[in-house]
Amino acid sequence: MTSRPIATTRSVMEVPTGRLAMWWVLASEIVIFGGLLGSYVMMRLRHGAWADQAANTNTWTGAFNTLVLLTSSLSAVLAHQAAERADGPKAARLLRFTILGGGVFLMVKAFEWTREIQEGFTITSGLFWSFYYTAAGLHAAHVIAGMVIMFIVSLTAARNEELHRVENVGLYWHFVDVVWIFLFPLLYIAK
Amino acid sequence: MSGHAAQPAHHDEGFVKTYLWSTDHKVIAMQYLFTGMLMALIGGFTAYVFRMQLAFPGQSVPLFGRVSAGQYNSLVTMHGTIMIFWVAMPVLLAAFGNFLIPLMLGCDDMVFPKVNRLSYQIFLLSAVVLVASFAVPGGAFGGAWTAYPPLSAKAAYNLTRYGSTLWVVAVALEFVAFLLGGVNFVTTAMNARAPGMRMFDVPIVIWMIVIASILFMASVGPLIAGAVMLVFDQVLGTGFYDPGTGGDPILWQHLFWFFGHPEVYVVLLPAMGIVAEVIAVFSRKKLFGYRTIVHTAVATGVISFFVWAHHQFVAGIDPRMASLFTVTTLIISVPIAEMVFVYIATLYGGSITLATPMLWALSFVAEFLIGGVTGIFLGAAGSDIYLHDTYFVLAHFHYTFFPIAIIGAFTGITFWFPKMFGRMMDERLGKIHFWGTIIAFNVIFIPLFITGAAGEHRRIFDHSGFPDLATPGLQHLRTTATMGLVCLLAFQPVFFFNFVRSMVRGPIAGANPWRANTLEWLAPSPPPHGNFAELPEVYRGPYEYSTEDREEDFWPQHLPDDLSPATSVGGHQ
Repeated sequence: MTSRPIATTRSVMEVPTGRLAMWWVLASEIVIFGGLLGSYVMMRLRHGAWADQAANTNTWTGAFNTLVLLTSSLSAVLAHQAAERADGPKAARLLRFTILGGGVFLMVKAFEWTREIQEGFTITSGLFWSFYYTAAGLHAAHVIAGMVIMFIVSLTAARNEELHRVENVGLYWHFVDVVWIFLFPLLYIAK
Repeated sequence: MSGHAAQPAHHDEGFVKTYLWSTDHKVIAMQYLFTGMLMALIGGFTAYVFRMQLAFPGQSVPLFGRVSAGQYNSLVTMHGTIMIFWVAMPVLLAAFGNFLIPLMLGCDDMVFPKVNRLSYQIFLLSAVVLVASFAVPGGAFGGAWTAYPPLSAKAAYNLTRYGSTLWVVAVALEFVAFLLGGVNFVTTAMNARAPGMRMFDVPIVIWMIVIASILFMASVGPLIAGAVMLVFDQVLGTGFYDPGTGGDPILWQHLFWFFGHPEVYVVLLPAMGIVAEVIAVFSRKKLFGYRTIVHTAVATGVISFFVWAHHQFVAGIDPRMASLFTVTTLIISVPIAEMVFVYIATLYGGSITLATPMLWALSFVAEFLIGGVTGIFLGAAGSDIYLHDTYFVLAHFHYTFFPIAIIGAFTGITFWFPKMFGRMMDERLGKIHFWGTIIAFNVIFIPLFITGAAGEHRRIFDHSGFPDLATPGLQHLRTTATMGLVCLLAFQPVFFFNFVRSMVRGPIAGANPWRANTLEWLAPSPPPHGNFAELPEVYRGPYEYSTEDREEDFWPQHLPDDLSPATSVGGHQ
């Protein structure tokens, strides 16, 4: 690790700088998804007919993916706990388990989308489907980004370095989780 | 240069590492500043071309040639986009934010220097994408900087299939760059202040930059989502904004202006902050109502989230909603007016020096006032329905954005130039440039208020087809405005000459040429890597000027109570 500016080590607010920054990142992410989902909800309320399109989504696949993501968040919490105990290698193993959860989530999604596209429901099949693919796609991009960052963090954590990052990447992963908690009822349950 | 000894390891790095790949906040600030200045030249040139077309329709424009209707649309769109996103944002927020935050807070760098470097690189990429879009088939995007669908969504309407998508991509990349920068700014200001510096010891300009960054982060999200939807409409053929498929073009207007109006304050607040610093220093007086300014800035930020639909009075929104947004819009002029009053109160009874930075600061207050007052007519739904999309609107927002982006930037550059480059700028050339710019600016836009009130619509390429607008009287005003612009542009080489010559040959500035209090003036000029020989501690607020019982009329923040300033001023080089 190269030398860090003294600024990075200061903590006037008594919150570690990395965590503080992560909260600001999440704040700006919330408004991105907020804008998208807000637009979706406003338009959905005006178009009752979208329910016919929404009836074609597979609630059980969505439910299974919810379970997978929540479980992966559990291992992220356990990784944070291990990092607090300065057990870097264990934190790294748990983070990789979380990455695995993200991978399963994406695979399920891939099968789901393949089937839907084969049945003729593409992003241009109607405005519901446009929102469906856009919102879930934006979320999936965040899942992929989270997996990449988590892998990088797990490499340093395995060497017992930069353990505070385990908590920060966990915060990010919980956010990805929470977004899905909104997407699941809005896209799957509301028929 | 005593500070150099602190970080000897950074001396022998090559040119690339020092100037292009650096993580030093000052180098990144200069990268943003110079990129912004370069983009300002492009933005100024586009304005020159389309103003010449308006004054002398159909004639060949020197340095460009004959302007086609499509090119006219591209030029107008690019002018607006560049000036707001690639000049005002990088110069006011990114360049001054990067340069001032660590220096004024007494730390050695931003808290995340590598994120900072990445932020500039993404910004540079966005600028390259935008400029490159001039060269694609069909030319640069021609759907106006607000990019309303269906014009922006369908290539059949805007005739710039590739340019319109590149435009959205460039804007989205630029937003990513400023989100990364904003996180860095806010976190640094919250966590990395010098020991002893309390919240209300932070200089106003830093407050303003931080509030602006938070405003940006909180408002840009919906537009990022909207931009994704717009790209999908353009490229994949979805119908988010297409009424034919159940979509809604007004949705874009909501998403755009929910960001677009706070964006005005994102660039206004840093300019206000820069002006506050300059006014306090050149009045040799304590800034009047420091806390009032902070509170009104926060209030402005909050209210700015509730005014966006005043851009949509003629878009078919519910008239009851129009009344609500009229009220909120008129309310937001209160905190801004309060800030202007506070600045004037600071001047009152001060010992004023009319150096170039002070002239710029005072002209900011005067010119912005005209922009603010004319805004009242547009914020009220009744008069806006008549004035909407006329040159009156255009003149109004140039009376706000020109003071912000151009006067604000010149205020900051002339004031902090000695700190940036260690040398003083030439006062005589500075004043010639100031008067040339300010007078020419008014010559451009006062006639446009008149043509706008006479009903001249904003988006007309050639008025000769409109008998009511092609009268000699109106055409004369148009030509006057264009001549004003040509004069304004003709005075800018004076600034660039002054800038470059002073950088090389100006008199050596010393650490604190303006005898100011804030911490950046403690560091050597220019500050070395790591900024301070020894990181300072803070003992008082930033505006203790002309305190009684003190020999000196200023009292730097870093001096303990029992030391006289003579020990710290002038010794540095």
